[in-house]
Amino acid sequence: MLVRNESIAPGPLLAMTGMTKQYPGCLANDQVSLTVERNQIHALLGENGAGKSTLVKMIYGVVKPDAGEIVWEGQKVTVPNPGAAQRLGIGMVFQHFSLFEALTVTENIALGLATAKERVGLRGRILQISTEYGLPLDPDRVVHDLSVGERQRIEIVRCLLQNPKLLIMDEPTSVLTPSEVQKLFVTLRRLASEGCSILYISHKLEEVRALCSAATIMRLGRNVARCAPAEKTVKELAEIMINMDLHRPTPRPPVASTAPPRLVVDRLTIRSHNQFGTDLKDISLSIAGGEILGIAGIAGNGQSELMDALSGEISAGKPESVLIDGVAAGHMGPADRRRIRGCFVPEERNGHGAVTTMSLADNAFLSGYLRGALVRFGVIDKKRTFVFAENIIRRFDVRTTGPKAEARSLSGGNLQKFLVGREVLQDPSVLVINQPTWGVDAGAALAIHEAIMALAQGGAAVMIISQDLDEIFVLADRIAVIAGGRVSEPVATRYATVESIGRLMGGTSVIADSSAEMAHALSDAR
Amino acid sequence: MTELLVAFLVSTVAAATPLLLAATGELVAEKAGVLNLGVEGMMLAGAIAGFATANETGVTTLGVLAALLAGTALALLFAVVSLTLQANQTATGLALTIFGRGFSALLGAGYVGIPAPTLPKLHIPLLSDIPILGPVVFGHDILVYLSFAILGAVAWCFRSTHLGLILRAVGDSHDAAHALGYAVLPIRYAAVAFGGALAGLAGAYMSLAYTPLWAQDMTAGRGWVAVALVTFAAWRPFWLLIGAWFFGALMYLSLYVQALGVAVPSALLSALPYIGTVVVLVLISRDRRLIRLHRPAMLGRPFQARA
Repeated sequence: MLVRNESIAPGPLLAMTGMTKQYPGCLANDQVSLTVERNQIHALLGENGAGKSTLVKMIYGVVKPDAGEIVWEGQKVTVPNPGAAQRLGIGMVFQHFSLFEALTVTENIALGLATAKERVGLRGRILQISTEYGLPLDPDRVVHDLSVGERQRIEIVRCLLQNPKLLIMDEPTSVLTPSEVQKLFVTLRRLASEGCSILYISHKLEEVRALCSAATIMRLGRNVARCAPAEKTVKELAEIMINMDLHRPTPRPPVASTAPPRLVVDRLTIRSHNQFGTDLKDISLSIAGGEILGIAGIAGNGQSELMDALSGEISAGKPESVLIDGVAAGHMGPADRRRIRGCFVPEERNGHGAVTTMSLADNAFLSGYLRGALVRFGVIDKKRTFVFAENIIRRFDVRTTGPKAEARSLSGGNLQKFLVGREVLQDPSVLVINQPTWGVDAGAALAIHEAIMALAQGGAAVMIISQDLDEIFVLADRIAVIAGGRVSEPVATRYATVESIGRLMGGTSVIADSSAEMAHALSDAR
Repeated sequence: MTELLVAFLVSTVAAATPLLLAATGELVAEKAGVLNLGVEGMMLAGAIAGFATANETGVTTLGVLAALLAGTALALLFAVVSLTLQANQTATGLALTIFGRGFSALLGAGYVGIPAPTLPKLHIPLLSDIPILGPVVFGHDILVYLSFAILGAVAWCFRSTHLGLILRAVGDSHDAAHALGYAVLPIRYAAVAFGGALAGLAGAYMSLAYTPLWAQDMTAGRGWVAVALVTFAAWRPFWLLIGAWFFGALMYLSLYVQALGVAVPSALLSALPYIGTVVVLVLISRDRRLIRLHRPAMLGRPFQARA
């Protein structure tokens, strides 16, 4: 239980006005205001690049504002560093977790506590808070071995140990299963009722409507609205956010049942190279031309291994275990698979999908040189590469200064559009995408979804591996679930429900792999 | 036979000491995420500073102190260039070694061939007189014991203190440490300075105890072995000790074999300790997970607070 005995000053907990931050070439925040009441769960909405992160970092003392006033509990304050924010009673759970991989849970949390007094009996208090708030954690495990969901719990527990009055959460649910999300919401509502306000940053408008009592919406570094999210529809919220009409991707006609399979996976079994990875067990599936298969599942259940085995980053064992257009490709590396028109978009944009310090043109070349014929006489054809990159930028509305821009200068959504576009424009017959819209704003997500659908429409077989069930339900013709390295029998999307799929995903990363249980759940789904 | 064994053990410990000191210092710097390849240069600076000071004043303690300061000074120079000015750490470290070698040769030109006061061996009544055990365990100079004490203190600090935890955290993710409000650069400065001080001490051991003379490049690549030891010990203090002793043992054996006049090329024998140490430590550090858990992820990466 959080103990609060300070006398409570009247007025809002946090009131910020005129917050302004200028970066070279970019006004990240322009006269932004934000007011968070006590006991309130307040949503901060906006596209990527709208300035949410900058605003939040100014509250938390990571970024120094150029102008603006922060009033905390009725008093004007400055927050020169995160330590000062913590002393005020502000805690933050970052989107990209700020954890130390080589250290244990307890050590990680100890680092967040300033004085030796606070660290006395820490292990016991971690256990106490984690059980009390339903955030199970083993204090002695090394973070490196933990799932994303567990890592998030560390951050939350770390904040709660400091008795915060304001908890800032940046995209907290993107890594959780539907049932984990529900549990998190219970925890957050309880915190709010106990006097800890929550500033909740999210793209998931449905969640914001369910959880938050007030919302501040930002666009291009400015406030555009303040509203009660429950009184708006998801569509209205999204339209305020991106200032345009948002439409769902138009549904495609069903795939002819006679269409020949273009991607076949046959009894794929792989021992993971990573000691903490998941072994793939006996995965068989087939995707027809024109079809989109969605692979749902919680992070760490074999998605990255499956992706690597399909893309050729690791060998798939026997050549026959992966067939691309009937060609046995299991033994091939990525380049050879691209030659037979297989294209791939990995999960991690920075450093895996793209070399962040290289230009967009160079990045376009890296995966497109074969299919785009960008090499002439063994030398890079700069002109064609440039045109190829320009083409991606134009066709996929990538907001950037041009093909010469460094990949890292793009926002997450724009870089993802570029990477998906890079593969789509190579005219693949098989496209596999891991997490197509992770951490991407609504506008960019829509563009990516439409590109994927158009590709399938054109006859390609598409597999999307995603932890976002909404996305899978929007895109996929059939849905399978990956759990503990096994993939369930795919179900047609029209027969599946969020509940039935959610049940297959399970609540933990280790799942009893009883196929009987799966079959049972599937028959429920029908 | 007993005499031989005693001589072997005593020489092994002595030959291992400069490595152990320098490697412990480098371990601390690397654990904080800074790769300082200037160990060899800092050792040489320490060796000449120690030798010259002891020679001029006749007091070995002052010599040791001067060596410590000289190592620290060079380390701070490295820190300013590579941490504050964010120059590439590898290049800066190499430059520091080249600088240390040249500068020490320049300063030491007038000291070549002169004897200096030697750091006295401890003589503890009774204990040092025990046969075999006495000379091996209780018959060394103060720096030998200091090197053990420092290694032990560093290991304890890493494992059990908050200070050690902060240091490891800075080396594992400087951005996360910064986000939590830790002053990354000052911590790294301190770690680098500590590494420099120990490298200087290692140099003093070379010129005041191991071979109490000054000769140009007298460290003969031991700074590099110390850097390698840290990596191959997978950043675990205890294995530094094993590695250093192993090197010392091979060093002695190769000298001994040479003295016996065995028909092996002397170049090969001189190289043996270096090759042997690397091979053995590579073998024990092959476990990838071990490396991931102990290797500071930020090693060699410049830190800039994002404002």
